Amino acid sequence: MNTGSPLATLATLLLTQASTSAARIDHAALGLLAASAVLVAVLAGLNLYFVVRYRRGSAVPRPPSALASWKIETLWIVATTIGFLGFFAWGARIYLDVERPPAGADEIAVIGRQWMWDIRQPNGRREFNELHVPVHTDIRLLLTSEDVIHSFFVPAFRLKQDVVPGKQVSLWFNATAEGAFPFYCSEFCGSKHANMIGVVVAESPERYARWLAQGDSAPERLARGGVLYQRYGCSGCHTQPSAVHAPALAGIYGRQIPVTGGGFVRVDDAYLRDCILTPGKVAPAGYPLIMPAFQGVVPEGDLIELIAYIRELDAGDRVDPNPRTSR
Amino acid sequence: MKATAEPPAGDAPAPDYLSSGYSLRSWLCTLDHKRIGLLYLVSITFFFMIGAAAAAAMRVALLSPKGDLIVSDVYNRLFTLHGVLMIWFFLIPAVPNVLGNFLLPLMIGARDVAFPRLNLASWYIFMTGAALALYAILAGGVDTGWTFYTPYSSTYSNGHVMAMAAGVFIAGFSSIATGLNFIVTIHRLRAPGLTWFRLPLFVWSLYSTSIILVLATPVLALTLFLMVLERGFGVGIFDPKIGGDPLLFQHLFWFYSHPAVYVMILPGMGVVSELVACFARKPIYGYRVMAFAILAIAALGFLVWGHHMFVSSQSIYAGVVFSLLSFLVSVPSAIKVLNWTATLHRGSIRLDAPMLYALGFMGLFTVGGLTGLFLATMAVDVHLHGTYFVVAHFHYVMVGGMVMAYMGGMHYWWPKISGRMYHEWSARIAALLIFLGFNLTFFPQFILGYLGMPRRYYAYPEEFHALNVLSTAGASILGLGYLLPLIYLSWSLCRGPRAPANPWGATGLEWQTPSPPPTGNFATTPIVTEGPYAYRPEEP
Repeated sequence: MNTGSPLATLATLLLTQASTSAARIDHAALGLLAASAVLVAVLAGLNLYFVVRYRRGSAVPRPPSALASWKIETLWIVATTIGFLGFFAWGARIYLDVERPPAGADEIAVIGRQWMWDIRQPNGRREFNELHVPVHTDIRLLLTSEDVIHSFFVPAFRLKQDVVPGKQVSLWFNATAEGAFPFYCSEFCGSKHANMIGVVVAESPERYARWLAQGDSAPERLARGGVLYQRYGCSGCHTQPSAVHAPALAGIYGRQIPVTGGGFVRVDDAYLRDCILTPGKVAPAGYPLIMPAFQGVVPEGDLIELIAYIRELDAGDRVDPNPRTSR
Repeated sequence: MKATAEPPAGDAPAPDYLSSGYSLRSWLCTLDHKRIGLLYLVSITFFFMIGAAAAAAMRVALLSPKGDLIVSDVYNRLFTLHGVLMIWFFLIPAVPNVLGNFLLPLMIGARDVAFPRLNLASWYIFMTGAALALYAILAGGVDTGWTFYTPYSSTYSNGHVMAMAAGVFIAGFSSIATGLNFIVTIHRLRAPGLTWFRLPLFVWSLYSTSIILVLATPVLALTLFLMVLERGFGVGIFDPKIGGDPLLFQHLFWFYSHPAVYVMILPGMGVVSELVACFARKPIYGYRVMAFAILAIAALGFLVWGHHMFVSSQSIYAGVVFSLLSFLVSVPSAIKVLNWTATLHRGSIRLDAPMLYALGFMGLFTVGGLTGLFLATMAVDVHLHGTYFVVAHFHYVMVGGMVMAYMGGMHYWWPKISGRMYHEWSARIAALLIFLGFNLTFFPQFILGYLGMPRRYYAYPEEFHALNVLSTAGASILGLGYLLPLIYLSWSLCRGPRAPANPWGATGLEWQTPSPPPTGNFATTPIVTEGPYAYRPEEP
């Protein structure tokens, strides 16, 4: 099935294809639709034909079938298995591409909570129930939930990802058309589930950049992160010169650090997230495990700002390049 | 199945099971499998009507896109009560506990099930569970959906989740008891000469269903128990805020609930096999393959739960394996559909009402099965998951498949159950109305789903309006179609002409005893000498 087929055109008329994945997923669906339509037509036709031709009382002869039934059975077991495996492979191939994000995609944080979408652009600009993205750019959404399971669903992109509390998951896409495309919450999340909808605004990279710059709040976000860094007590142990109980965080982002039990880990967003929520999981080597777990204490929005703050903490402030291994 | 029965010892025929006692006590304390079957029939018909009323209310509400007819909290309670009642208190017990209870001993030439007291206890357990579920509904309802996803159900919902879960938990023990009873009955109480490969396919389907019930239901009980532990006592199992994992709930829930889908459809497939063979007057094509297909579906059904979780953030590689297994479980289902069609070939076909339902089943189940392939195809599922496409798909399988089969079976065995014939043309018109109404209700929902309308929305964007109106229009025809049998079957109970022992000229031991059967089923134990479906197309 190719894009030029009338069926594909019909699908496009029904529902805009606005991402690089949309056309591929539609092709697989149309392939299934065509195969199903043929099968239903053949079966319904045969059933009708048999019901009329072999109705009780008709004089048609009914000799026993000459073909051994095991041959027929084998034929359609093999045929259906092969056909089904074909569709399996087709769907799995696209799925793996859709699920594995490409390197270097722009990251936007999306927080689901009853009943709104809270979105943070890379420069800290916040928006609610609206997601601005540049077209023809790989975008990776980092999704978290503050309460129950939500699901982020953009029909025009043919994409969906459940947003699960307690973990960060991602969804990537590359928008191919400018326009406003609705997105929905598609996992039941309570009273106002049906109102948890919004719109993706896909625009040219230039317009997007202008839009982003209007609300550049990077400095403010850093300030907010700094306040949180104090409020949650991070600064008590993690800021020089008091880095006795805990590693100093200035300049640590992006470095390889030794961890308890041997081995090294690169400090990135995911690792910082784990360290804050469940410090014992993979702890830096050489420090007593005295940090409390912040799971269920830090809301997702604060977590994003804290991590952004830690990321920007530069090493100017007297850094110990090698964390202590003993005291 | 041909049986040679020796002539009864005495001249006076034994009283039939219906006239063996008229007191309330003779019904509520009966150990007769046929009476227990009727107790289930009355109870599940009642639950079906409540569930259907909830569906009707939702369809009316969805006439308006703004959701101004029914507010969100009421709507959410309606779809939860619809799902819970229809699945646990109608679909799961429908064929096994009504038709299975009534027919299984008759079909294998036994006087009763292996454990008649357990059988009665199972009905009381079921009714206790149902009473709790009804209490939860009357006390203010539950808004979690029948899937009870955590942490919404365990922490956030403020409905009567615990009572509802307790109701489903208790009803589960009824499933386990019935399943166990059927397994032992089929192993131990078959008539002389009734070997495994002389069993009617309906008995095969009850056997597989019972195995699933015994193996899977404890997992549901455990899952709901853990959910209640978290909700009631704050034990962190599913809610990440107290150290739990929300996906664990989904794994456990679907480990039960996907096999449960086969509990709902396999007995329907068994019924349809009986109907097609009888009304085409031919042995079922590929009988052994059909029997093995039932077993294969039951076994593979345990290995595909993860296809409900392709977008849940489970490992994508685990997803690939679940997708592969889901395609494999569709092969035996496809084989069954093809073999029914092959059975029609060179048959001698009559379109009595039960056959119309069977043909309806074949068409609707095919559509339901094929749209299941869309959902097993991972990339397509990413788009369709959680939309009306899924709603349409499982209604095609559950209502278009299972309920059609149940209705077909009810009509086919009604003369045996009631001893009366119903009005044939009313039944044919009802079958046609149900088929048309069903398609008009649910086909538009496939399109709605592909266009992106999520399920469980009490209000929706304007662009989905027309298709929703169409769906509601279909639902009103469907509702009429379901009302008709209620009327003419009740009418036939008092006014219908007396049914002969074997009105359809069918094979099968249940037709060799009078209609309605005497309390002990058979005057003398039948002896079986040939396989099931010994039909000849040439015979009238």
